[in-house]
Amino acid sequence: MKGKKYTTVSIPMPLCEKVKEHIKDTGFTSVSDYVTYILRELMSNSETNNSGDFTKEEEEKIKLRLRSLGYLD
Amino acid sequence: MQAHGGRIIERFARNSQDLEELAYLELDSEVLKEVENIAYGIFSPLEGFMGKEELEAVLNEMRLPNDLPWTIPIVLPETRELDVKEGDTVALKFGGKTVATMNIEEKYSFPKKEVAKKIFKTEDASHPGVRGLMDGGEQFLGGKINLVSTPKTEFGKYALSPKETRVLFKEKKWKQVVGFQTRNVPHIGHEYVQKAALTFMDGIFINPVIGKKKPGDFRDDVILDAYDALIKNYYLKDRAVMSILKTRMRYAGPREAVFHAIVRKNFGCTHFIVGRDHAGVGNYYGPYEAQEIFEEFPDLGITPLFFRKFFYCNKCEGIVNEKTCPHPSEFHRNFSGTKMRAALSEGKKPEGMMREEVFKVINSYENPFVV
Ligand SMILES: [Zn+2]
Repeated sequence: MKGKKYTTVSIPMPLCEKVKEHIKDTGFTSVSDYVTYILRELMSNSETNNSGDFTKEEEEKIKLRLRSLGYLD
Repeated sequence: MQAHGGRIIERFARNSQDLEELAYLELDSEVLKEVENIAYGIFSPLEGFMGKEELEAVLNEMRLPNDLPWTIPIVLPETRELDVKEGDTVALKFGGKTVATMNIEEKYSFPKKEVAKKIFKTEDASHPGVRGLMDGGEQFLGGKINLVSTPKTEFGKYALSPKETRVLFKEKKWKQVVGFQTRNVPHIGHEYVQKAALTFMDGIFINPVIGKKKPGDFRDDVILDAYDALIKNYYLKDRAVMSILKTRMRYAGPREAVFHAIVRKNFGCTHFIVGRDHAGVGNYYGPYEAQEIFEEFPDLGITPLFFRKFFYCNKCEGIVNEKTCPHPSEFHRNFSGTKMRAALSEGKKPEGMMREEVFKVINSYENPFVV
């Protein structure tokens, strides 16, 4: 079975040591696990709120349907 | 609120090519639901049925190959042998009518026992999800789909697409929306969970799962009618919305809880209620395993709200939970699903557990259960 693709990221040794200390007795088993977790969290927080899911015309059409079904007055 | 993966997927056939000449697969009603879920973006970012690499990533990492969280395989078993190769287009039919086309990217096999062990944490064939998997074919087809037409389905007025729910929430000026998954008729304990969450939100999106369930579960029409009665009598019109999610229950516990949350994110929810033994069956999962799994997904993009069960306390004279009531269990009366079913199957109101209006609706059915 194919494994996941990984790459190496460099961080300062003293920081790495601090992280090692920090994650002792948490669920994290390695600095890599922890860094992956933190980066995933950061990346998802940087997602922008988009309202570009539909055009104005599309929105009006949807509102008509929602009214006809009784979801909107 | 972004859809999972950044945008709502839509997969609709633009021009109707000549579909009659195509090799085809006849779908059952459950796979048809998945085709619709992909096409309307309920399963965003999926654009089709998973290939082998996607399936492996989901099994091993609980993520798609692009690192997005995804916990449940969405695969198409090849129910009869097709003479197709990579790049071919096939028709997907339901009741003899072409409902979608699929561009075959891959035909592959996968050890189903391994799938079962990873997804359901058991190979036990008495687990309803394992049984469903084992009953299907050995070969799978991966590739993008395009919806050609959808057959009229029951409960059509309750079937909203993610674009529709998003417009609806926007019109209602809801910013914080909590999703509630259910496969049951509502008892008072459910209502308290919903209302406890709603207290901190702008609105609640009640989203029953409609699709294949196991014998003894409540029928789909009964669940919808019961919720209609509850919402009409006990919720503010501008605070609660119900529409359906057409998909089968997998009973995959923790993995399914995450999947349920992702789907509600696509509908536009910001929060999602996860209760005790969410999507569980029998004793295959720990009571709070479906809550703990969320720790592995800091990037889910929807916030889970964890609830323990609510019960009535004679001393508090009200409905409480273990965080709010200090009294010992002899004061407590639980909302027991088993007791509720027993009373309902005898045509009796489960005393103190169910709203009168809800009971009346359920009791108007000769048999409210799946046989
Ligand atoms: Zn109490």
